[in-house]
Parts: sequence; structure tokens; C-alpha cells
Amino acid sequence: MKTTIIQFPGLNRESDMIMALEKVSGAKVKTVWHTETSLPDTDLVVIPGGFSYGDYLRCGAIAARSPVMKAIIDHANKGGKVLGVCNGFQILVETGMLRGALMRNANLKFVCKRVVLSVENDSTFFTSKMTKGDKVACPVAHHDGNYFVDKETLKRLEGDGQIVFRYADGTNPNGSLNDIAGICNAKGNVIGMMPHPENMIEPLHGKIDCRPLFESIAA
Amino acid sequence: MKAMIKVTLKNGVLDPQGKAIMGSLNSLGFEGYDNVRQGKYFELDIDADNKAAAQAKVKDMCEKLLANTVIENYEIEIAG
Repeated sequence: MKTTIIQFPGLNRESDMIMALEKVSGAKVKTVWHTETSLPDTDLVVIPGGFSYGDYLRCGAIAARSPVMKAIIDHANKGGKVLGVCNGFQILVETGMLRGALMRNANLKFVCKRVVLSVENDSTFFTSKMTKGDKVACPVAHHDGNYFVDKETLKRLEGDGQIVFRYADGTNPNGSLNDIAGICNAKGNVIGMMPHPENMIEPLHGKIDCRPLFESIAA
Repeated sequence: MKAMIKVTLKNGVLDPQGKAIMGSLNSLGFEGYDNVRQGKYFELDIDADNKAAAQAKVKDMCEKLLANTVIENYEIEIAG
């Protein structure tokens, strides 16, 4: 799968993400700087985690208005796949490509630990090698992952299967509504999630639970 | 002209930072207050023919960047 990673000033998870995509998904990864106005020929765009623009104003707010985002929105509108992880998720909600907002963690603390995720939708490009209800260990590392959306939209997201991942077994680390850890858009081609699956694919990571997610991309 | 913009969380959106600030005010011995909500304040100098034009321009800024209207409200004041 032809894959493009977007690099913004302040992101720091791109190397881990590239490694996971190349090693597990077998993807050929190109890196694109945020000032570009077009994308190379690509199937999947990945926005990795970090702290774009130092989280100034709101997490992801400034990156979401950068030149490359217009090309990413066009890519998504044509059915191209987009995955945003952590700050990447925050950037996607700031563009409006995904609904809702990611607010300061309810306990006000930066959380860096392992949680349990349950797969809620197994028909997306990132979960097709899994089965609904599967549980995987996955690390989180964020200060603003508290998912919020108005009640009506929440009902629609829940009803339409747009919740992709939920924190399971009482591991919700941030106060997210309905334990939401990751969502997709109505078409299912844009996915955002706060946890870092790219850091749970190697024996050295402690567990390899998230390999099937990256294998899904290859499928 | 000067634009002054207040951005606050919408009613119904939990504000854990406001809660923590309230806890700290409590520990300082303050009494007789409730519902602490925190927000952001922006000031900017703006060129416009009149106040209405300045107001419209700043409203566009709020909608496009300064506020996240999923969770935040904004108030604009134009002076000068």
C-alpha cells in the first residue's frame, strides 16, 4: 500500500509509525512536509502523534489549518484512506473531518500507560483483521484525549458503527464519553484514535497485540 | 481598531480545569462562590472601515480558528 506520512513541526512519533507501517503492513512510506500543497500518489495518509506547534491554542488547531490539509481533505473526499493517531486524531477533529473534540483529560494529568482497547467496528481498513469484541493492549500518552461530542451526534456515531475503538475493562484514562478511544467518519475511510498502536507491535514493546491492525492495512 | 475576544466553554461541557482552580481557591480560604469556568482571551489590532466590518472579520476568525465551536462559545468586542 502506498502510504504518506505527514510531518508537522513538533510531531515526534513519525519514526515509530513509519517502522510499524514498513515492518508489519509492508507499506512503502513517503514523508511529506506540512507546507506541501499536494500529495504524492498514495492510498493511505497517516498523521502521527506528537505536539504539533507545541499544542498552542488547542491541540492540533494550528496544524489543522496548514497548507497540506487541503490536499488531505481532497484525498479523503475521493475515498482515500486517512489514519490519525494521538495528535493526528486531534488534527483530524480540528479540520472537521471527524466529529467531536478532544478536551483536556478529566483528571488533568498527562497519562502515559497501557490500556485495553476493544474493537467495536471490524470492517474498517485498520481493523479488518480483527473481530468485533477483540481486546488488545495498547499504550496511550496524551494530555488532551477526553473525547466530547454533543448528544445527538454521539447517538448517530454509536448507531452508525462509527465508534472503532473503546477503552475496555475500566481503563478509560481520560474521561472520554462512552469510553471512546477511536472513531471513523460516515464512509469509514477516515479513522482517528488516541492510543498508539505503533508502539505495541514488537516483542520489545512488551506485547504485539496491535500487529493485526497494521496487518489489516496490508490486506 | 482593537478587537477583544473571549472564548469560553459552552454550558454543559465539563471544565476540569475550572474545577481544579476552584479547589485551589477553596484551599486559599475563599468562600461564597461557585461554578468556576476558565477560558481564553485574545486581543488584536484590526484595520476595517467601520465597527461592523471589523466585527464580521473577527467573527470569521473565531469560526475558522480562534474558537472550536464544537465545545466553545465566543464573544467579540470592538473598540476604538
